[in-house]
Amino acid sequence: MSAVEPSSLRTNHERGALRFVLPVVVLTIGVLAWDLIVRLNQIPPYVLPSPGAVVRTLISDWPILWASLLTTLLTTFEGFVAAAIGGIALALLFSRSKWLEYSLFPYAIILQVTPVIAIAPLLLIYLPQHAAVVVCAWIVAFFPVLANTTLGLKSIDRNLSGLFQLYHASPLQTLRYLKLPAALPYILGGLRIAGGLSLIGAVVAEIAAGSAGAGSGLAYRIAESGYRLNIPRMFAALLLLSLAGIVIYMVLALASHLILRRWHESALGKDS
Amino acid sequence: MAEPAPVALDRNLKSDIAIRLRQVGKVYDNGVKALGPIDLDVRKGEFISLLGPSGCGKSTALRIVAGLTAATSGEVRIAGHAAAAQSIGFVFQEPTLMPWATVHDNVLLPLKLAHVARIEADRRVGDALERVGLAEFAQTYPRELSGGMKMRVSLARALVTDPDVLLMDEPFAALDEITRFKLNNDLLTLWRGLNKTVVFVTHSVFESVFLSQRVIVMTARPGRIAAEIGIDAPERNEDFRTSAEYAAYCRAASIALAHASDAKAQS
Repeated sequence: MSAVEPSSLRTNHERGALRFVLPVVVLTIGVLAWDLIVRLNQIPPYVLPSPGAVVRTLISDWPILWASLLTTLLTTFEGFVAAAIGGIALALLFSRSKWLEYSLFPYAIILQVTPVIAIAPLLLIYLPQHAAVVVCAWIVAFFPVLANTTLGLKSIDRNLSGLFQLYHASPLQTLRYLKLPAALPYILGGLRIAGGLSLIGAVVAEIAAGSAGAGSGLAYRIAESGYRLNIPRMFAALLLLSLAGIVIYMVLALASHLILRRWHESALGKDS
Repeated sequence: MAEPAPVALDRNLKSDIAIRLRQVGKVYDNGVKALGPIDLDVRKGEFISLLGPSGCGKSTALRIVAGLTAATSGEVRIAGHAAAAQSIGFVFQEPTLMPWATVHDNVLLPLKLAHVARIEADRRVGDALERVGLAEFAQTYPRELSGGMKMRVSLARALVTDPDVLLMDEPFAALDEITRFKLNNDLLTLWRGLNKTVVFVTHSVFESVFLSQRVIVMTARPGRIAAEIGIDAPERNEDFRTSAEYAAYCRAASIALAHASDAKAQS
């Protein structure tokens, strides 16, 4: 509550600047070194393209890559939404019924620990390709939402629960005014993990599907470029995937911060 | 042995009794006897304290009266009007506020759960906050308040439904002494103004004597009523707190409390 002292404010600002500047410096050094190594050793682009070649490919192949990026992002988004709804709904059901929890939770864990790359080919046999990819994204992403929401629902202040009981709150009121808000920080934490994971799930499934001869997502572009020794395009697609992952994470982190900033410790400054 | 019975509202209860406990006991699933059996009558408008060492079951007794814990034996009767949900206010040991809601919304909660119309509810929340001196903090979040202020919000929330009975479970135990004295005085002012029946659980001899008209001293494990001390002093202010009379009551309560603990140790 007390005013921040100027000196500590300055160090805070400096720390913020450092946290931004240092990774940028590392990136610059890395890219320069990469470029230098390619030039000095005269490495051909089909072994290791220079950063410039990757950027040129990104621009020249943009129509193809952009369409593929949209395909992958759409799958990721569908998988993420399914994971969010499925994970939260399942956690709420588990919190209402021990029977359901004991019966189903082991299978949720089995789904989580079985490598999705091993499940993907099976799913591709039984489901249409797009559905199979979305299901893969869902399988990888829903567990953290389920686990975190369950933890959040179990961490509700007992006295607050008692208060709702004292005032004869209906189950729906308890859900809306107590359970969901109390579990919200945990749910958002789960969603933040799920965002990155659903991208991974989508990519894994696309690669599995790509080797079966279908698909048009970014991962398929990477596989296809590999077969054709179009290494610059592989790098360009990889760069786009990476950027997509970073953007997804940042959007979810920002959303989480905006939702929690008024009250939750995780979103508050140290001095408030 | 009486059948375990839920807390019942009783309109036929003798007109000046607010709460009546008969042979109320609590045995936990693991066989530990936590409480009683105890008999207790609380008159309407009376301020009583349950005084006892930690773990003596006094909080359990309070939770049984509130209906938060089921008694394993005996019966609890509470005189009240038909609106059962609104006849009891409860203040926990911690402020127990929803950190995601503003002070206003925290105090609003009991009314929202009872589907009170918004305009009427807002007016009552305003009144309750005014009463505890927090009117200008309505839009503040709990984390921005001090411990004492949070407890005031908790008190405002308990009062907002205008309950007949106010149950308080060591509400000021975690506060510093200055804040506690201040809140003690404010609570007494509220009690005089609102004419509520108050059951106040505490392990502080000084607090119980200062606040209540009757101190119920309890033994530990299982909690039983060991003694009752009537505090017959009309004026409760800083003069009373430093008076010889107050000291004498405190001594009597301390002796009764020590006696209760000894009796337990010998048995």
